[in-house]
Amino acid sequence: MKIFVCVKHVPDTAATIKVAGDTGFEDADIKFIANPYDEFGIEEAVSIKESQGGEVVIVTVGGESAPDTIRGALAMGADRAIHVEIDSQFLDAELTAQALKAAIEADGAPELIFTGKGSVDTESFQTPYRLARLFGMPVVNEVSALEVNGGKALATRESGAGEKQVLEMALPCVVGATKGLNEPRYPKFPDIMKAKKKEIKAMGLSDLGVDESAAKVTLVKMEPVPERSQARMLEGSVDDQVTELIRVLKEDEKVLG
Amino acid sequence: MTRTGILVELENGAVKETTLGVMAAAQGGEIFALVAEGDASSVKETLAQYGAATVVDIKGDVMSSPDLAAQVLCDAVSAYELGALLGTASSAGKDIFARAAALMGQPLVSDCVEVNVADKTAKKSHFSGKTVATLKVDAPVFLCTIRPNVYEASESAAAGELVEFNCESADPGLIKIVEVKTDAGGKLDLTEAPVIITGGRAIKSADNFSMLDACAEKLGAAVGASRAAVDAGYAPHSMQVGQTGKTVSPRLYIACGVSGAVQHFAGMKTSKVIVAINEDKDAPIFSKCDYGIVGDIFEVVPKLTEKL
Repeated sequence: MKIFVCVKHVPDTAATIKVAGDTGFEDADIKFIANPYDEFGIEEAVSIKESQGGEVVIVTVGGESAPDTIRGALAMGADRAIHVEIDSQFLDAELTAQALKAAIEADGAPELIFTGKGSVDTESFQTPYRLARLFGMPVVNEVSALEVNGGKALATRESGAGEKQVLEMALPCVVGATKGLNEPRYPKFPDIMKAKKKEIKAMGLSDLGVDESAAKVTLVKMEPVPERSQARMLEGSVDDQVTELIRVLKEDEKVLG
Repeated sequence: MTRTGILVELENGAVKETTLGVMAAAQGGEIFALVAEGDASSVKETLAQYGAATVVDIKGDVMSSPDLAAQVLCDAVSAYELGALLGTASSAGKDIFARAAALMGQPLVSDCVEVNVADKTAKKSHFSGKTVATLKVDAPVFLCTIRPNVYEASESAAAGELVEFNCESADPGLIKIVEVKTDAGGKLDLTEAPVIITGGRAIKSADNFSMLDACAEKLGAAVGASRAAVDAGYAPHSMQVGQTGKTVSPRLYIACGVSGAVQHFAGMKTSKVIVAINEDKDAPIFSKCDYGIVGDIFEVVPKLTEKL
């Protein structure tokens, strides 16, 4: 089976983000990682390949340092990769999907495409849907369990309030992965060495016919979110602490009826 | 005045509080409340009271298929010449809006914490809540989902004229729901709950969550869990708050025995009031919350339940 996994190169979730100028951030000293949700997609794709055979291709639309992240995905067992190089961390979701689609299509007919449920940088949760729409494929996002068999996929998705839906779709399809789907493996040293020799094909948006100036969403401002400061600590016996807590929540904060 | 469609979500036949919040965000425009589930005539009065000029009764079982629901939203946008379409960033709302935006080939701003329909600008979290981005949309339709509880319901009486909408589409799309399962997770949807009480590693066992359930019942709260508690097997992933779990924004968040990792804050920092209860006075959570109690959760939580 030919499986593509879309992987985004994002700042580490533990990194401190320093806003620079109106719409940028200082990225020089920040560690970048594979978007955590995408790792569930990589693991799922590699385990399907291991049981059913085939090939796993990583596709990343990202900046010039993205190959570091791509090597990590290759070390998890993917076979090769395509890197669509862009200048900004913030490419419009529709254009990202167009770039992914064109890169995948040029490589060959996909039987299964994984993405993460969303990325932890722009948190826009749209790529799997837009990619599926451009291909005319079915899509299920936030998939926490998956069975792929006989040309069909059964995907389990959390639909809120502890409820889960099981959805059926025909292949080829797009699956947006989330936690619960599997436990992503830690690559071993030989896998990391092997990954260094795997192919990463580089290309640009213009090679794929994607026009960056067609973006319909513009980032006009980025501001840091002020952190809360030290809490007001409630003192006294447990009884006193709880009594005071209920009082402040009701009377001062008015968040309890 | 922008003609603004609102996808109405119902619970037990009544309009969800989160939908009324979305309507508050759309005030200033002419509101078309789109009711695609339940009985539109029974919620017409409420919708009118909160600003709906028109209540659109969408006929057919469109919510049974997310692709069909998305198609119907697109049809409604054309039929009523809507300039904006807003919904709740709930599990269903996020899914349907992303499908609809992809179908229209139009931009969508997800999980907004502030919107300005007239200017077509929206604010949303970037980098796990560490920054807020202001985005401007250049498109004929302004599509947004709004984070639950960031806007409070606010009355603004309008005509609430009831009209029927028979959509032309009946194609269920390419995916089929074959089963719906209910797991052991909380009864209230975490992402939309107005109050949340969360257990961390210090809860020590799955059984001890019953202590939080009891307190939640008094608070009208949903119960959440930290990643440490989920990874230790004390709670299902559906209850996880934070990075790789759910993003929540209740008016009151009570963290019990949660240390306060950056990844936990990523999922709850926009809560209005954050209370932490932890035995360790040096726990990081105390440096970033509103009220703190240093103490044993097994003493403090039952006392809170008793006194509420």
